[in-house]
Amino acid sequence: MAQIGYSEKVMKHFMNPRNVGTIDNPDGYGKVGNPVCGDLMEMFIKVEDDVITDIKFRTFGCGSAIATSSMVTEMAKGMHIDEAIKITRADVADELEGLPPQKMHCSNLAADALRAAIRDYLARKEKRAKG
Amino acid sequence: MEKIYLDHASAMPIDPRVLEFTSKYLKGLGNPSSLHSVGLEAKRAIEGAKGKVADLINAESERTIIFTSCATESNNLGIKGTALRNAGKGKKVVTSAIEHMSVLNPMKELQKNGFELTIVPVDSNGMVDLEELESALTKNTTVTSIMYANNEIGTVEPIKEIGELVHEKGLYLHVDGTAAAGHIPIDVQKDGIDLLTLSSNDLYGPQGAGALYVKPGVVLQPVLPGGGQERGLRSGTENLFSIAGMGEAARIAKNEMEKESGRMLKIRDELIEKILEIEESHLTGHPKKRLPHHASFRFSRIEGESILLNMDTTYGIQVATGSACSSKTLEPSHVLLAIGLKHEEAHGSMVLTLGRSNTPEQVPTIVNGVKETVQRLREISPL
Repeated sequence: MAQIGYSEKVMKHFMNPRNVGTIDNPDGYGKVGNPVCGDLMEMFIKVEDDVITDIKFRTFGCGSAIATSSMVTEMAKGMHIDEAIKITRADVADELEGLPPQKMHCSNLAADALRAAIRDYLARKEKRAKG
Repeated sequence: MEKIYLDHASAMPIDPRVLEFTSKYLKGLGNPSSLHSVGLEAKRAIEGAKGKVADLINAESERTIIFTSCATESNNLGIKGTALRNAGKGKKVVTSAIEHMSVLNPMKELQKNGFELTIVPVDSNGMVDLEELESALTKNTTVTSIMYANNEIGTVEPIKEIGELVHEKGLYLHVDGTAAAGHIPIDVQKDGIDLLTLSSNDLYGPQGAGALYVKPGVVLQPVLPGGGQERGLRSGTENLFSIAGMGEAARIAKNEMEKESGRMLKIRDELIEKILEIEESHLTGHPKKRLPHHASFRFSRIEGESILLNMDTTYGIQVATGSACSSKTLEPSHVLLAIGLKHEEAHGSMVLTLGRSNTPEQVPTIVNGVKETVQRLREISPL
């Protein structure tokens, strides 16, 4: 059953989101969006040898906000950060078999949240290297 | 999974008795403007429907009813048609902040064309601020438009008092009765209403018909000029199927309103009581002065479109929301903002509107669905 033009895959990820939750002492953390606008996402990553070994999210938002968050965690898990940082909003939407046009911008922040978490990881790594 | 439809403010199923009555008009019965016997039969069907609609609102006669295509058209005719026709007497118009877009947008169109528009605020329960209304009215105010009851928060406005204020200074009161008609009694004569908008579908009639009550003596001009049907106020060949259906729907609504509203009120109160047991849940709209079939809420930390999707997919329950994600403008409902909610509060709204198909036996399923939905979405939420 698809509502308001959502693909079956969007509904699947909305109904059964993967990787919901938080990670204690994450190696990277990203937060994007704003509850005033109706979407807020948090992304937590664990990284070993620059590979994302664990990833969790929490999202306030509409169906596509939750589905894209779930999707991006599934895409990024096990991926090298050099690859994961290149995941775009369009990649997430494609992987979900498309999003309704009005959802492409406001509720498609998941790739941004992932990128924010990876940047946080890289910043911490750099800081450690500088000692 | 049995569907539980709780979105009657958006659309209602046609009552089977209405469909039975009006289906013969789908086959075509001639043009009401034709002078031959076939045309005459069509004309009589329309006159019969006018009589039934007039009865529902205690109008002076069936001649006060103008059929249109929908409530939006009735609002446009009642507001623009009246303001433009009476522009010689003044160019001030007044409305409230919680009106339907089909009232607010014609009002804004008048404003663009040189009319002075005042939008009166409401309080946190959605009641029109009568002092602000009074101070907005002048002898040059030709049209004041206030809804009888609000479709999103269920609040019922004090129309009789509003009518008295309007007639002390201004000229005409237009009332959008779409959400209220058929659920609570409307008496255009006692309430002091000059123009009243009604919608067929909101009375369990077919889509495709609306009506505008025009009090005898009120002058207005058409917004759709043409061949002069409906006393010259709404040209175009009449939609016989929908109009005859609207009449029958109005007749049934009048007969059954008292009993049916009492029945729904009990279900509504039980839903409100049980749903408000959820932590950080709030009723929106007036706690007492509200439509008998209307229960509207907001839940903090979650978003309305995901509530709607989860209720529909997991529990087969259809609800509405005023969240930005469900709107064409990507802004939260102007009604929720007008009652003072912050954007993030307005995003978490859920509206339940009951109808003839709903029963007290459905209450536990609905309450359970809402509770589990709110819990699941809060578990995903970072707030």
